[in-house]
Amino acid sequence: MAKKPIGPVRRAFAPWEDPSAIPFIEFRNVTKRFGDFVAVDNLSLSIYEREFHALLGGSGCGKTTMMRMLAGFETPTEGQIFLDGQDLAGIPPYRRPVNMMFQSYALFPHMTVEANIAFGLKQDGMPAAEISSRVQEMLRLVKLEQFAKRKPHQLSGGQRQRVALARSLAKRPKVLLLDEPMAALDKKLREETQLELMTLQEDLRMTFLIVTHDQEEAMTVADRISVMDRGHIRQVATPGEIYEMPNSRFVAEFIGDINLFHGKVTQKQSEDAQLYCDLTDSTINIQGAGDVRVGDEVTFAIRPEKVRISLDKPAESNANVIQAEVWDIAYMGDVSIYHIKLAEDEFIRSVVANTTRLVERPITWDDKIWLSWDRDAGVILTN
Amino acid sequence: MDREVSSQSYSKNRLGRWALIMVPYAWLLLFFLAPFVIVFKISLSEVVVAIPPYKPVIDWAQGLAGFVEAAQQWSLDNYIWLTEDAIYLNAYLSSLQIAFIATVITLLVGYPIAYGMARAPKAWQPTLLMLIILPFWTSFLIRVYAWIGILKNEGLLNQFLMMLGIIDDPLVILNTNAAVYIGIVYSYLPFMVLPLYSSLEKMDSSLIEAAEDLGCPPMQAFWKVTIPLSLPGIIAGCFLVFIPAVGEFVIPDLLGGSETLMIGKTLWVEFFSNRDWPVASAVAVVLLLILVIPIVLFQRQQEKQKEAQ
Repeated sequence: MAKKPIGPVRRAFAPWEDPSAIPFIEFRNVTKRFGDFVAVDNLSLSIYEREFHALLGGSGCGKTTMMRMLAGFETPTEGQIFLDGQDLAGIPPYRRPVNMMFQSYALFPHMTVEANIAFGLKQDGMPAAEISSRVQEMLRLVKLEQFAKRKPHQLSGGQRQRVALARSLAKRPKVLLLDEPMAALDKKLREETQLELMTLQEDLRMTFLIVTHDQEEAMTVADRISVMDRGHIRQVATPGEIYEMPNSRFVAEFIGDINLFHGKVTQKQSEDAQLYCDLTDSTINIQGAGDVRVGDEVTFAIRPEKVRISLDKPAESNANVIQAEVWDIAYMGDVSIYHIKLAEDEFIRSVVANTTRLVERPITWDDKIWLSWDRDAGVILTN
Repeated sequence: MDREVSSQSYSKNRLGRWALIMVPYAWLLLFFLAPFVIVFKISLSEVVVAIPPYKPVIDWAQGLAGFVEAAQQWSLDNYIWLTEDAIYLNAYLSSLQIAFIATVITLLVGYPIAYGMARAPKAWQPTLLMLIILPFWTSFLIRVYAWIGILKNEGLLNQFLMMLGIIDDPLVILNTNAAVYIGIVYSYLPFMVLPLYSSLEKMDSSLIEAAEDLGCPPMQAFWKVTIPLSLPGIIAGCFLVFIPAVGEFVIPDLLGGSETLMIGKTLWVEFFSNRDWPVASAVAVVLLLILVIPIVLFQRQQEKQKEAQ
């Protein structure tokens, strides 16, 4: 599929667009088997220096195994992993220039916060004065200066998380690995921490690799996301591309909410195509359809917030317009989700922002309404 | 209204709690403190050829007067006697030494076992735990007797080693201190393994990974993380072995030789061979006082551990 920039790209950092850029971390045809179970299946992935990369997927998708192979806790059954041009094969975890922040934080309970942070530095034989100044710097970074002498059990969950972060950053690793770093935090703290983590990554100019099952977290923090499923990477792209241009039904359904239409391509002219859906007996015009051929059975996917609803037939001629009926409304506060019935057992969701305080909804249950969306609002999924 | 109900139920609750706490105290009072008082009283008496073989005997028929009369005859002579004859001091010191060495050996043997158990697949662990506890199903005395069969000159061990051609003449193990160490290590191993296992099993394995991740080779990670974190288990295990080993009688009596000097044996000889109940009692009281020190240390350590959690 031809890559189309989505809106004005403000982000200047995009080494993956540059064919001459050399990957910082490279998984080359990596397979990992545990007995009969294939955790990671012949997988290749390039991550660039200073990138914040997220491995996103459900449990058992192989994302943690990928990270553990990079850290050295697992050995690939096949394939190679390169870091900064060096093949990591045979290098034990304690000699790898990567540090990991564990999901359980894995803070040493018998050591103070200070000693935890200093642990790796002492291990490297750093002079005591330098250790102490680095520890102070790290404590400042995570705003825990006054907790230096505490033991982990005397800290809150959020504070422990910061200690773990400081400890894994103290050695200034080439790559920081974050294994579900915010799983144990409550929602509000998680959101704050995500923003802090992004700022930190930009300030430190380091490469971060995060493993998470939380798509919002991945979307928030990462420059690029690898969506993983059963040992395979389904798509590697920026959060925007993943959301707006999912390359498969799996990715489309995994990230956010989506409406799917099954249909047959009836017309194709350069990038424009027409789709006929027999269930709703409607024709969908698509701009930017990619390389589909007339007669192909395809799935058309459109995000709920891109589907407009109105009581009157919209005037624009460029849009797709279908008449339907409001089946149900879910009021979420900030938005309302309309469940709209197209045909028997065929529903579509439309998300409408509640821009005014609604005393009475302009559109309500059982209203006959018009659905409309722009020709370039959705994508065709071929698989 | 609500308040009254809750305060009532609270006081009821408190009563229940008192009753519950009183049960073990009553038990201790009856079966520990009372015998101790009797032993202590005998230790203040004088040996005589009679039944019972000491005097004074309190004549309860005279009431309080009988008690006072007996009390006036009590003396600390037996305790002074313990300091006069070097055999007692030597036996105490030798007991402490044997118990200490045996405890260290038990720790060295028990730690790898506990570590292996804690790292074994979760499904095996109950079975392994069972195997550790299994020897308790046989009488302690019989198990120590069995060691005689193993260790004696024409015993299983020597026959086995000679069959393999490792030795030509049988090793003399039985009736030496070596046999006592083997006996103590064997008998008290579960008391070492169980607390070690419970502290190792609780340990989060990602701590070791974190240490390695931060640049620690596995052996160093073991010393810097595993050992400090299993320290409560090490301490508990050592006390549980050391304390009973000091007063051990059966093992030195059955497996040890004439050179084996242990206070438990001395006590037995005083009591049964010499029929000197007062001196035997004094030996027992002193032994108890010696053991109170490690027991108090142990208790304090346990409390500190509880606070830390």
